[in-house]
Amino acid sequence: MSGSSNIVAMKKIVQQLRFEANINRVKVSQAAAELQQFCIQNALQDPLLTGVSSSTNPFRTQKVCSFL
Amino acid sequence: MGEMEQLRKEAESLKDEITAARKAVQDLTLQDHVAGTAVVGRVQLKTRKTLRGHLSKIYAVHWGDSKLCVSASQDGKLIVWDSYTTNKVHAIPLKSSWVMTCAYAPSGNMVACGGLDNMCSIYNLKGKDGNVKVMRELAAHTGYLSCCRFLNDNEIITSSGDCTCVLWDIETGSQKTVFAGHLGDCMSLGVAPDFNTFISGACDFTAKLWDIRDGQCRQTFGGHESDINAIGFFPNGNAVITGSDDASCKLYDLRSDQELITYQDSGIMCGVTSLAPSLSGRLILAGYDDFNCNIWDSLKAERVGVLSGHDNRVSCIGVTPDGMACCTGSWDSFLKIWN
Repeated sequence: MSGSSNIVAMKKIVQQLRFEANINRVKVSQAAAELQQFCIQNALQDPLLTGVSSSTNPFRTQKVCSFL
Repeated sequence: MGEMEQLRKEAESLKDEITAARKAVQDLTLQDHVAGTAVVGRVQLKTRKTLRGHLSKIYAVHWGDSKLCVSASQDGKLIVWDSYTTNKVHAIPLKSSWVMTCAYAPSGNMVACGGLDNMCSIYNLKGKDGNVKVMRELAAHTGYLSCCRFLNDNEIITSSGDCTCVLWDIETGSQKTVFAGHLGDCMSLGVAPDFNTFISGACDFTAKLWDIRDGQCRQTFGGHESDINAIGFFPNGNAVITGSDDASCKLYDLRSDQELITYQDSGIMCGVTSLAPSLSGRLILAGYDDFNCNIWDSLKAERVGVLSGHDNRVSCIGVTPDGMACCTGSWDSFLKIWN
């Protein structure tokens, strides 16, 4: 019966909300600090941020020099 | 009071409890914290390669390693590209041309795809005779396949228009776990760097974090005002980035369980189709319906660059594992590699 299946569905929703309400939450100041720290620590290794020189860029077609 | 009414009241009260608990840890905002940080300088990426070969709209692209990527088009083909040379390593004809997603296994041994056929088809790239064949067809979803991602050569997670995500055993073709809870089509998924959890974005405007092993939905994030089309983990695994039809992207922090920042601009009025963070997470590259890709400073929420060059919607984007380049795929049938 659709009535009782609605109740079952609603019970699941309530159960899930109860679970989500009970999780531990860290302070935003700490979370923000860690996000920023990660960005800073990895900035120099981020090629899209630092730029890629043509000599190390695997997508740059190399000009080939040859002795004639 | 009827039982249903009682349950509804309890649900509302729990939602209020969650809102209050999130506020209680909001001792500072991300904006406050980074107030002293400078915005990154203008990021100007150039198209280094254009991958030509598809005959119709490209719907998905996924990097296998930092050189090989697989793309899916509604011309009914999966193409595996060597992005350094632009050569096509494999051109795989599909049974169904209505493909919406593709994925490359971390091992490089397989690719997968699916779409309006409601199935996830797995292809073995390393077959003995050199031909690429369908290895398994994972069928059980009752709606379209919107996204798929391999955990390893024997496990893959799919998201579907039937509002569920599923973890599959590829060998047996069976569903190991069904992740149900979304109230709208699941549009996109992302696997955490540690492979213990995954996130899904859906047409119910929420993103959910799931525990892969016990099937539990651990956290739900709202705030978007329309369908979430794209989702990805911040590289340290502690935050989630979403892109929506409401023209914004949002960053949700997992440990403080809340939205920290929204990436939007009054000049942008079209939906976000795809997104990918750069290696350090400082840049977020997001593809939009207006044919462009915007580059955001993830901490300062300012636009620091634009990738323009496609003649139609940017439908997919991916950054290489080594962070060296990003690839955009478009309805104009081309893929472009930028750095």
